[in-house]
Amino acid sequence: MELCSQCGEREAVIRLTQVVDDKVTNLHLCERCAAEKGVETGITFGASPLGGFLAAMGKESEGLPQSVVGDLGACLTCGATLQDFRETGRVGCAECYAIFRDPLRTLLRRLHGSTHHTGKRYSAPGVSPVAPSQEAADLRSALGRAVQAENFELAAELRDRLKGHE
Amino acid sequence: MIDLSLLADGGMAWLDGSGPESHLVLSTRVRLARNLASHRFGTRTTEEEREAILAEVAAAAHSTGSLARAMEFRLDRLDPLDRMLLHERHLVSKELASPDAPRVRSAAALLVQDRTGAMVNEEDHLRLQGLHSGFDLKAVYQNVSRLDTELGQRLAFAFHPEFGYLTSCPTNVGTGLRASVLIHLPGLVLTKEINKVLHGLAQVGLTFRGLYGEGSEVVGNFFQLSNQTTLGQSEDDLLDHLGKMVERVIAHEEQARQVLRREAPGILEDKVWRAYGLLRYARSLSFEETMNLLSGVRLGAGLGLIPNLGFYTLNKLLVYTQPAHLASAAGGEVPESELPTRRARYVRQVLESEAERRG
Ligand SMILES: [Zn+2]
Ligand SMILES: [Zn+2]
Repeated sequence: MELCSQCGEREAVIRLTQVVDDKVTNLHLCERCAAEKGVETGITFGASPLGGFLAAMGKESEGLPQSVVGDLGACLTCGATLQDFRETGRVGCAECYAIFRDPLRTLLRRLHGSTHHTGKRYSAPGVSPVAPSQEAADLRSALGRAVQAENFELAAELRDRLKGHE
Repeated sequence: MIDLSLLADGGMAWLDGSGPESHLVLSTRVRLARNLASHRFGTRTTEEEREAILAEVAAAAHSTGSLARAMEFRLDRLDPLDRMLLHERHLVSKELASPDAPRVRSAAALLVQDRTGAMVNEEDHLRLQGLHSGFDLKAVYQNVSRLDTELGQRLAFAFHPEFGYLTSCPTNVGTGLRASVLIHLPGLVLTKEINKVLHGLAQVGLTFRGLYGEGSEVVGNFFQLSNQTTLGQSEDDLLDHLGKMVERVIAHEEQARQVLRREAPGILEDKVWRAYGLLRYARSLSFEETMNLLSGVRLGAGLGLIPNLGFYTLNKLLVYTQPAHLASAAGGEVPESELPTRRARYVRQVLESEAERRG
């Protein structure tokens, strides 16, 4: 753990880069010292871009269906729990992305402003790709149902995902 | 001790001072994060699993065009100095170069051929990377993308229809693409415009780091500008956006240099030649001081104030004055207290011979 270069007491969580006397200087600050320095006037980046987001993920895990996450809420492939993810900020395996899909979606939207990959499509050797048009059609009908049910949050999500297919 | 001379240009082609905008842009890097679908990700792998991953990747790599002739370095079996050497040449990440090679980094490896390479068993199973001299996003991406396609036909990558390429850290998911441009911005720092520019970059989704990647300090006014997000935009869009913004930064930097030239030509010239004088004659140089002086000299060379000084020489000085390179030149570990004098001697020799050679 790196200590705050200001107070030397608390853990540094923010890197502050500023120009003083023609020199670029770097400070590593704890949250409190950073606030005192008024970091909004400089340029700051959190030490971990995940920091604050992960803490907020607790509540969202409660809605997970028990069947896919096992009795203890662990991924059956790698054994990781949502708690593990919150602590390390690292996903355990590919399967985790399916199992913890909903909380991850929330996180990805905050991190990237989007939840849907629109780049290179890939299908592993020997696996036939899912026809994108079929997936888009499914999304479109789900969107219709969501709008009818006035579930606008879901509708926005689906619309966002549909955009990836256009 | 490893023999880096077996690599084309010792793995230093990215420093050769060629390529577009090379007076400002040292290098362009693109990396793609990939994982194998059939293995758990980095934080949850066992040692055996990591060996298996390396074996699968190495076997696949040998039948590709991009890495058929690749040199392979087992990072976990190198001594710390050699690992640092590779890191100082920007060939492996800080994480893989860590001096106390943690157990979890077993079977970590680097495959490298020409300007393309793959780190194996880093945070992700695979980090494919391309590194070119100058400002050259399209060409670098083309090379890495070719390697990605070749490997993806031989190995099953973890890919999700909604989330794209799956990565250990959600900050890399989607394209898995991080492109960065290493750029020298002394004009913007001297005119105090840099904060505004960096702030502007943050607003448009770009981020910056120091010379040596994640978490590294900004020294010598060298900034690595890169995309912050990897999901929701295509690879081309990400590269395009970064490219356009870097072009703007370049324009701002050129403008700042013109302002300095117009408003304070005497001060500028003095600053530049003082920096040169210190590098040429000092008997002891700290790393940070060296970086700052090189920044001044580089600015002078870019403005034509210091004639007959090549960017290749300046780029090489950046790398060869790092601790592991100084130690390696001395044939092994060097006590830290000796580094400043060794550094100064090395810089002096290079600048002297450059002056003689170019008259
Ligand atoms: Zn503090
Ligand atoms: Zn898992």
